[in-house]
Amino acid sequence: MPEIKVTPLGAGQDVGRSCILVSIGGKNIMLDCGMHMGFNDDVDDELEIKAYYAGHVLGAAMVHIKVGSESVVYTGDYNMTPDRHLGAAWIDKCRPDILISESTYATTIRDSKRCRERDFLKKVHETVERGGKVLIPVFALGRAQELCILLETFWERMNLKAPIYFSTGLTEKANHYYKLFITWTNQKIRKTFVQRNMFEFKHIKAFDRSYADNPGPMVVFATPGMLHAGQSLQIFKKWAGNDKNMVIMPGYCVQGTIGHKILNGQRKLEMEGRATLDVKLQVEYMSFSAHADAKGIMQLIRMAEPRNMLLVHGEAVKMEFLKGKIEQEFSINCYMPANGETETVSTNPSVPVDISLNLLKREMALGGPLPDPKKPRTMHGTLIMKENSLRLVSPEQALKELGLNEHQLRFTCRVQLQDPHSDPDTLHRIYTHLKSVLKGYTIQHLPDGTVMVESIVIKVSSSAEDTNTKVLLLSWSYQDEDLGSFLSTLLKKGLPSGLC
Amino acid sequence: MAAHLKKRVYEEFSKVVQIPHEEAPAKKLRLSKPSKSAALHIDLCKATNSTDALQYLLQFARKPVEAESVEGVVRILLEHYYKETDNSVRLKIASLLGLLSKTQGFSPDCIVDDAINTLNNEKSHQVLAQLLDTLLVIGTQLPESPAVRQRLIEMACKHLSDTYFGVRNKCLQLLGCLGTVDTPLTKDNEGLGTSTGGVRDVQSVISDYFGDQDPRVRTAAIKAMLQLHERGMKIYQIIYDQACRLLSDDYEQVRSAAVQMVWVLSQLYPESIVPIPSSNEEIRLVDDSFGKISHMVSDGSWMVRVQAAKTLGSMLQVSPHFLEQTLDKKLMSDLRRKRTAHERAKELYASGEFSSGRKWADDAPKEKVDTNAVNLIASGACGAFVHGLEDEMYEVRIAAVEALCLLARSSPSFAEKCLDFLVDMFNDEIEEVRLQSIHVLREISTHITLREDQLDTVLAVLEDSSRDIREALHELLCYTNVSTKECIQLALLELLKNLNKYPTDRNSVWKCLKFLGSRHPTLVLPLVPELLSTHPYFDTPEPDMDDPALLVLVFNAAKSCPTLPALFSDHTFRHYAYLRDSLSHLVPPLRLPGRKQLYGLDSVDSGCGSGSVESARLFLQQSLNRVSTIQNLEAPGAQDLLDFTIRDLQRLGELQTELAGAADFCATYLRCQLLLMKALQEKLWNMAVPLCLKQNAMATAAARQILEETYKLEFLYSGLESRQVATIHHVRLQAKALQLVLTARTRRGLEPLISSSEKFLQEVESFQRLFLTELPHLQDSFVEKVLELMPRLSSCKPVELVKILQTTLRQSGLLQLKLPEQIHRATATIIEPTGESDNPLRFTTGLVVALDIDATLEHVQDPQNTVKVQVLYPDGQSHVIQPKPGDFRKPGPDRHRLITQVYLSHTAWTEPCQIEVRLLLAYSSSSSSSSKPGWSDSTDSLPPPEAAIEGTIPFSKPVKVYIMPKPARR
Repeated sequence: MPEIKVTPLGAGQDVGRSCILVSIGGKNIMLDCGMHMGFNDDVDDELEIKAYYAGHVLGAAMVHIKVGSESVVYTGDYNMTPDRHLGAAWIDKCRPDILISESTYATTIRDSKRCRERDFLKKVHETVERGGKVLIPVFALGRAQELCILLETFWERMNLKAPIYFSTGLTEKANHYYKLFITWTNQKIRKTFVQRNMFEFKHIKAFDRSYADNPGPMVVFATPGMLHAGQSLQIFKKWAGNDKNMVIMPGYCVQGTIGHKILNGQRKLEMEGRATLDVKLQVEYMSFSAHADAKGIMQLIRMAEPRNMLLVHGEAVKMEFLKGKIEQEFSINCYMPANGETETVSTNPSVPVDISLNLLKREMALGGPLPDPKKPRTMHGTLIMKENSLRLVSPEQALKELGLNEHQLRFTCRVQLQDPHSDPDTLHRIYTHLKSVLKGYTIQHLPDGTVMVESIVIKVSSSAEDTNTKVLLLSWSYQDEDLGSFLSTLLKKGLPSGLC
Repeated sequence: MAAHLKKRVYEEFSKVVQIPHEEAPAKKLRLSKPSKSAALHIDLCKATNSTDALQYLLQFARKPVEAESVEGVVRILLEHYYKETDNSVRLKIASLLGLLSKTQGFSPDCIVDDAINTLNNEKSHQVLAQLLDTLLVIGTQLPESPAVRQRLIEMACKHLSDTYFGVRNKCLQLLGCLGTVDTPLTKDNEGLGTSTGGVRDVQSVISDYFGDQDPRVRTAAIKAMLQLHERGMKIYQIIYDQACRLLSDDYEQVRSAAVQMVWVLSQLYPESIVPIPSSNEEIRLVDDSFGKISHMVSDGSWMVRVQAAKTLGSMLQVSPHFLEQTLDKKLMSDLRRKRTAHERAKELYASGEFSSGRKWADDAPKEKVDTNAVNLIASGACGAFVHGLEDEMYEVRIAAVEALCLLARSSPSFAEKCLDFLVDMFNDEIEEVRLQSIHVLREISTHITLREDQLDTVLAVLEDSSRDIREALHELLCYTNVSTKECIQLALLELLKNLNKYPTDRNSVWKCLKFLGSRHPTLVLPLVPELLSTHPYFDTPEPDMDDPALLVLVFNAAKSCPTLPALFSDHTFRHYAYLRDSLSHLVPPLRLPGRKQLYGLDSVDSGCGSGSVESARLFLQQSLNRVSTIQNLEAPGAQDLLDFTIRDLQRLGELQTELAGAADFCATYLRCQLLLMKALQEKLWNMAVPLCLKQNAMATAAARQILEETYKLEFLYSGLESRQVATIHHVRLQAKALQLVLTARTRRGLEPLISSSEKFLQEVESFQRLFLTELPHLQDSFVEKVLELMPRLSSCKPVELVKILQTTLRQSGLLQLKLPEQIHRATATIIEPTGESDNPLRFTTGLVVALDIDATLEHVQDPQNTVKVQVLYPDGQSHVIQPKPGDFRKPGPDRHRLITQVYLSHTAWTEPCQIEVRLLLAYSSSSSSSSKPGWSDSTDSLPPPEAAIEGTIPFSKPVKVYIMPKPARR
């Protein structure tokens, strides 16, 4: 039985690490392992790879890997809810043997993004109207662009004038790529980019260190996202003392970072060198995560219709819950191997066979051109396996190709029957009996004392000992095996008495 | 080479001469028309290869064929069809056959047999499909012939088992378009694998192909079934299960069609009971299908999602339980139940605490959820709209919003529930979606009351930079119910802020405040001291009269709250008097203590409400009845009576706005009659012709005026029934008769008279044609008499005709006007420019200046095509400008808003001067119903239809704009 083996090397029941080894159709594939820039990886001829839109960040993709008729889909990180700059992940009904999905939010169902967005915008707007400054610590890629687009369009819609700054560095480079790959963004940006590329920000300008001391309201996006170092921390220190200001944390903060501390309500922070910092500004938390939630994962499974499911990138407990749900809803097997464990899934690949045209035509002439789901038919042919190819041909052609003579195989069988009539009479009685039972078959009573049903020959002779016991001789060829055995059992039951 | 080619051309021409010799007898019969069939025959014979033949056929298809020669052409084509070996040529011929059988006036029953015969011998699948298409055309052309229909259906059944999908598609299409219930089909069972023999009906034959291997055929099968439904055949309920199975097809077009099919069945059998699989419960079919279609809202293909979302809106019979599930969402975080933002907002509101939102994790999940109870995959209707409203494609979101609207309109409790979701949509990234959701909220606003937090979200949109959004929102606020006085205060604040930021919204904001005040008088009452900033001891500054927003709110609230005026200070009364005059459309008449004598008239007006409308309607009817007593146009005193009635009606229209349309309409009609009467009573009729030139001029002017008025009557008023239109046309006919009589008297020479009398007779005929059904109502009228005399009129000399007309005109009675139920006059008001500015618009001559125009139009049908802007320059030049279709917006029923720019330009002036801008209503009336062209461009040979009468009616007051084109500086 062909199999697909999956061994997670870093991603099994674990968040934050990755790499999965897949063996499929005799090929070994490493997923999510990172590549050395500049190395050329040879892709096998028999390997087919198809990328699907994943929506997590710009350019994120799910891959469909196919070897022969066995296939695996690896999702990577994906997002099933569209946002302001990216669309939702999408896959067709590709029915892979295994779907390997991330499961970061296996036990979460999220609220609509609209409420979150509205809250975010309202808070920023109110602070700016009050004359306060807003600091939004972000990481360079992904959510930063989402929030930029969100604020940019809001500023545009509401005709606001307060400046928005973007801290320089990696983010600028990232924005450049966003401008280039418009086709990978969502419907709105794709539709309006003819008039204006949405990433050519009108209201968002590059940040300079000196701007932090400018009077008046402003919004600043600064890296890094957890307030542990760098520009965002510097600005935070400057602004923390004023209760008009606000800091909005758009994502998760690791324990120990300043971000984590202030989110937990700490109002006095110890800085390096004994100095303490009074935090008077408002602290807001807002989750703008771009992973699929439990509903999203289920939706993807519904779209792809896989035969098996494999969860990675998540905590074991949470996976357990989702696994149960998947098995219950879709009644497919779901696996969640730990790092180093190998899961083996046996597949049932379809084997392509060439069928000869003559055979097909003959079949069509027999039973009409179109397959009818209500009346399945059997078809007789010979399967020739030769040099890695399978062909289905008619028996005659097979004989010819293989240079063999045709051998006839006949079954003969004797049936004893109690019948007081003479031999020809008995034969006639059998003939009429069969005629009434087998409608739609050709039954002939031949003058040489035999009855032919299709190719089956029936003869009658009296037994030597007892003239009342007749011996029927049935003979049929291998091809008519079904009919022959039916006849023999029928005749063993004897003839009905009502026959003349 | 060229010479050689030329020679060949001549050779071919010589052939052209030869062959007609053989067909000469046939040609003689067909009169002088050149025989198309002959020409085609020659062409096709000439064709040496298939490309040539195709070329000839293509050329041939461009020209029309007369109905009488179609059959001949078809024969020629068929002849070539049998000879032809090339598939593409046969295909073209087959398509031509279909095209030809559509020719008007040609009945294709004579070619049915031939077409069916060709089908029997055809081998190519493509040609076969095309031939079936031709049969379909023929079948639809012959709806009355059951025999042909039966034969065609048999042909379709026979070819259903073809291997090519196109043929099966066409067969199914044919069955869908022609199949009937009463004639069961016999599938012949020779040589067909799929046939089961016996009698089957169309529906089961078609439904066999729901399981075809080709998705295109499956789609065609569903479409055919839908076609049967459209033709009024009742689809069997057994189809439901099959259709439901197709909802999970691999191909999107199949799923999309299946959604429609399921919907159709849910409308046919809403109350029948279906079992739920894997349980022994049963539910109503409409609920089941609602669940299934809801499921499709999260389909993989957006086309299907749009289709499903749209469909949901029209399933009004669904039970409330299922309906409410569509908005269901349960949130969860780490397996703990979490409340949605909507629920939190509601609780905050209920507990009286105002939004905190400062704490991290104030939305922290509380209770633990039972892992078994969590439903991760949306089953059935669960959360369908939650999905649809958050969809990636805005088409789906709009469809979902519209569906929400339809469902909410029929279910108040659902309206209440979907409120939060609609309000959320105000924040969508695409303006169209935002606008649509604002409109939807307005439409369902009768069912709902906004909570403070919801109102807050709604009001945030007031700062939007798009004018459409803001105005839609103002419109919404006009109809909104709010619950507390804080809400009123909030709305007022935001509206004032809006006014500050966008001063152009002035009118719209004031109107909004007017409604806000009159809807919530009791909520405004406690706010009045604050709003008017009155103080028990101190005199406070008077409000600025240029910014009457607050006063508009207060006065409108005072209208239905009699205790409110007691809180006014002295200057408020003075302001009221001023505003009541200057902004009478915004400030209602109030009954103020001690001022009764001043506003006596107003208070009477406001006091009687709906009763006055009834009495006014009665008065209108009485006036009309009185007028109808005038038997003869020459009766003494008739003129006076008409004069007074017209005066009465005009005044009535001014007083009673509800009846303004009807009153104006009657007055105008009566004025026509009066004019006619006056023209006929002149002494001129008794005088010798040369003596009465002056009187003649008056009568001519009257006739012209009547004509103009009749056009106004016909096109300015909406809600007319054909009876009124007939009456109007009748007056027009009278005016034309008058004109004819006058021409006969003034002009010498018979030539013009003959042509104009012929024209008049044509008009009478077309009147008869157009208003055949109305003729019984026109008894004893001018036209009836004319029609009686028609045989004589058409044969007699023009002079005699004129004489007869003259007496008929004078003898005929006044036609009584019957008022339709609803009649409205199209009106337009130019809001901007206001015409008050003293600063001229300066621009350099030769260049253009753009003038912003903002106008509201009421009761105008199809304004995109009819409304035009006219600019009149002082030197008499006038320009008519057609605004872009996108400049018209529709803020409400029967209301349009025109916001456009017109470009002005002129040569240099020495002084600034005023130009006039006004709106025109364009009309075009063709007296004869124009005949539709047959196919392709067949009109070029026909004479153009009778010249349509086109014209414009000014329907807005002109506005003066000061402009100053300066000479260019060199």
